[in-house]
Amino acid sequence: MRAFTYERASSVEAAAKAAASNPEAKFIAGGTNLLDLMKLEIETPTHLIDVNDIGLDKIEPTQDGGLRIGALVRNTDLAAHETVRRDYGLLSRALLAGASGQLRNKASTAGNLLQRTRCPYFYDTNQPCNKRQPGSGCSAIGGFSRQHAVIGTSEACIATNPSDMAIAMRALDAVVETVKGDGSRRAIPIADFHRLPGDTPHIETVLEPGEMITAVVLPPPIGGRQIYRKVRDRASYAFALVSVGAVIQSNGTGRIAVGGVAHKPWRVEAAEAELPNGARAAAHVLLADARPTEENRFKVELVERTLAAVVSEARG
Amino acid sequence: MTIMETRKHGDAADGMVGGRFSRLDGKLKTTGGATYALEQPVKNLVHAVLVQSTIAAGRVVAVDAGKAKAAPGVLSVFTPEDDLGLLVASDWFGNRPDNQPFHPLPREVSFNGQAIAAVVAETLEQATEAAKLVKVSYEETQPVTGLDDPNAGEGRLVDMLSVGWGDAEAAYAAADIRIEAEYRTPREYHVPIEPHGLTVKWEGDFLTVWEPSQWTHGMARTYAEWFNIPADNVRIVSPFIGGGFGSKAMGYTYSAVAAAAARKLGRPVKLAVTRPQTFTAYGGRAATRQTIRIGATKDGVLQAIVHRGASETSVLADFPEQTGAATPLLYAVPNLSTQHRLVPVNTVTPGALRAPGKNPSAFGLESAIEELSYAIGMDPLELRLRNYADHDYQSGKPWSTRQLREALTVGAEVFGWSKRSHEPRSMRDGRQLVGWGIGCGTFPVLKAASEALIRILGDGSVEVVSGAIDMGQGTYTILAQTAAEVLGVPAEQVDVKLGDSSLPGATVAGGSMLAGAITGAVHKAATAARDELIGLALNDSNSPFRDTGANTLVIADGRISVPRGEGPSLTLAELMSAIGRDRIETQRNTLPEGANGPEDHKRSWTTMANIEGPTAGDLSMHSWCAHFVEVKVDEDFGTVRVSRVVSAFDCGRIYNPKLAESQWRGGIIMGIGQALLEEGLIDERFGRVINNNMGDYLVPTNADIPHIQVISVGIPDHDASVLGGKGVGEVGIVGVAPAIANAVFHATGKRVRDLPITLEKLI
Repeated sequence: MRAFTYERASSVEAAAKAAASNPEAKFIAGGTNLLDLMKLEIETPTHLIDVNDIGLDKIEPTQDGGLRIGALVRNTDLAAHETVRRDYGLLSRALLAGASGQLRNKASTAGNLLQRTRCPYFYDTNQPCNKRQPGSGCSAIGGFSRQHAVIGTSEACIATNPSDMAIAMRALDAVVETVKGDGSRRAIPIADFHRLPGDTPHIETVLEPGEMITAVVLPPPIGGRQIYRKVRDRASYAFALVSVGAVIQSNGTGRIAVGGVAHKPWRVEAAEAELPNGARAAAHVLLADARPTEENRFKVELVERTLAAVVSEARG
Repeated sequence: MTIMETRKHGDAADGMVGGRFSRLDGKLKTTGGATYALEQPVKNLVHAVLVQSTIAAGRVVAVDAGKAKAAPGVLSVFTPEDDLGLLVASDWFGNRPDNQPFHPLPREVSFNGQAIAAVVAETLEQATEAAKLVKVSYEETQPVTGLDDPNAGEGRLVDMLSVGWGDAEAAYAAADIRIEAEYRTPREYHVPIEPHGLTVKWEGDFLTVWEPSQWTHGMARTYAEWFNIPADNVRIVSPFIGGGFGSKAMGYTYSAVAAAAARKLGRPVKLAVTRPQTFTAYGGRAATRQTIRIGATKDGVLQAIVHRGASETSVLADFPEQTGAATPLLYAVPNLSTQHRLVPVNTVTPGALRAPGKNPSAFGLESAIEELSYAIGMDPLELRLRNYADHDYQSGKPWSTRQLREALTVGAEVFGWSKRSHEPRSMRDGRQLVGWGIGCGTFPVLKAASEALIRILGDGSVEVVSGAIDMGQGTYTILAQTAAEVLGVPAEQVDVKLGDSSLPGATVAGGSMLAGAITGAVHKAATAARDELIGLALNDSNSPFRDTGANTLVIADGRISVPRGEGPSLTLAELMSAIGRDRIETQRNTLPEGANGPEDHKRSWTTMANIEGPTAGDLSMHSWCAHFVEVKVDEDFGTVRVSRVVSAFDCGRIYNPKLAESQWRGGIIMGIGQALLEEGLIDERFGRVINNNMGDYLVPTNADIPHIQVISVGIPDHDASVLGGKGVGEVGIVGVAPAIANAVFHATGKRVRDLPITLEKLI
């Protein structure tokens, strides 16, 4: 791990300002991903701004009947929150399908959205990786790609986003609220928040340097059957091969977001329009442009089957 | 004292040996009181960090260590340029080339992840940082990355592993029913919870090594030979080990690097192998492939088994993962032929991982037997019983004890096997397919001599002292039980000191043989101590027993008295005080008379040359088991979850059912991982292990493990060991993977012949 300096921010504004003044700085909340990456020198911030004590740990109703989730709300607390469990069951279930109890106790809402890929070549600092070292090449292409993306990939990167929570946020149309170093604020729809890899896979979100997430806002509840189905190799503590987050209404319409298949939570509104025609129809639209590798071709089939199981469960 | 008396296994009313004692070291471990090798507080310590190769084959052309040497805190960078002054040490059997230099940081690279440099600095962080600054230039050659590499070839036949009788090819060709299939197992790794590493200190020509060790005496010999110093100058200290599974029985190249660095720098060195580095710092289980052909009559009587297997090894050394190890033993078959080939590839030399050979061998054979059961249309339990081997067909010798029939029948009864419907896909639980399968396992009884010291102290307490080790399997506990039983004292009154090569000699904790070997030595030494104490009590002029006229005494519940209750009764402390002794010491070993000199000791404690195989005598001796497994398969996703396991074991007499059951369960859990999760992924472009961490190399979590019921059906086998036990540690994993593969076939109608059974193989 490289040496770094550390400060504990006292307010949102102070944290944003500190970040703006140092392009080598990173925010640290739970540290469940960042510290691992720092130990491996995949992340090498020279300065850490601890944002744990700036009052972003609350869950509050919004004026329009939605829910504002502070950036520092822990995954465990969010999953257990009464309103979340009642009105946004998908989010609670997705959170509890991820990581372990110990990690969820530390991991923050914003940090979860920003967690980095689990591509083994990203982690192996002896191998080229465009995400880790822009321009060095992608080792996963032509290498082991069973876990990798089947859609939205590029010649530069086929990594996936590993977050379970983000799948739920995407299906629920969450909005990410941020503050920049100059104090300006903006609200970014979750659909626009994560980027596809393109030729800059090292830039994973639309956040600008120093921009800090302050909250994630959920629109008013939309009801429906809310299901999160995660398919993985072992029963616990494993990343999704494929996951489906769904909100299915009693008339058969609904929303679906899929994890484990792309560089971002994968949701295609046109596919949702096919839902009343069944899972197969919806899956075909959802993955119409899929470009799987030999090793992860099974994911295309698995998405359809998982979606079918979810639709069936919603009807049952 | 009637230690030889047969006791019912697992009964809470059992005595000392056979009782359900909890682990003596349990509290220390769970409260953090147990100090492991890398926690050893040593003053003036510096830290070594390895640099591993990033190519699989070729040559180090140059190492630019300039930046690393200039980094803060760095004391030295060792590279292939440095002659560390080491000599090649003996192999496991004590064979050693004369004066051959040993270069643990070689110039020739033969696998990706090979140690080629090491950085030593004042702190771990400084050494880690500087290790990243070491720049290595290579001249690369084309590697052979695995069994499937087009350049790997068919390998070399290992003649000594060929077994055969009858005319297997002809009998197979003539058989009514024939099946043939190829089975494969991938590279698998030990991943013990305690990663590898060592703390090492020189004082003049004396070397102390704190290193997790399954064999303190064997490893001490290795270090002594590397450094060309007397064996007595080396002390390996390993009182606690966080799991070994075969991976901690020898010194590795990094061990030599750390010790050489400490000598050159004149300071103690700690070297912690990182978790990713452990995947190539020593070898896991080699990948295997095997083709099995079985011929049988229409009513299921085996006629022939033809078995052709291969395992990968390194280009540096041979380590056969013997695919034919279990094949000749499990069934009565009049014609058999097995052969094994070794295929050198660019990998670290593979090593022993829980039940080497027997494990992949049983995966092949026990899968094939169930394939045959479907080909014939016969229940696989019935097929196994029909071909029950009443003696060892390979050696022609009778079994010492073989309760495999009981394991099969008792296991089946407890599992409820009779409710099985044989047709694949015929059992369901709601949406899920249910499948039941069987896998049998075997592991040989290996016998070795060991030595132990018993001390009865003035306060009546007892010490058991041996260089044997406890890596979690329960040596501390069963030795306290053994000594307590012989000496008639409560187990709590016994203290056990283990894990130090300066203590009396012991064989390796491997091959499931340590318990049998070391309890024999402790039993012998404790019996001698008891006899000496009774002798003193009868004859010492100050003993209250002297004038009782008794010709022997009994010791029970910590008191010594005249048989039938007449006369005095003293605690051991009172007797020791009366006769004015502060200790009685007896040291005994189980070597035969006439072969008990210093050279015999060296050979027995520090090599494997004197270990006797299962058929060394007039009998054939093995542990046996039968696993009954239920899986539930969600066919939508291809996900397999093991939902129930019943396993019955014949491991002879069980010294401590609680600990034996724990080892069996551990083996079964490892077998579940092997069947469904574990696979070293080797990137064929670089010969590199890609999933070299515990996030990507999946082992089972609690959620993957169902209720596991284990049953002992063994009977004491006093040919196998002094106390009647057979090996417990390894047999539990043997047969689990095929039982699961068989259950998956029963559930789905899909036969998976290459492990692990991941979901894409089922959808």
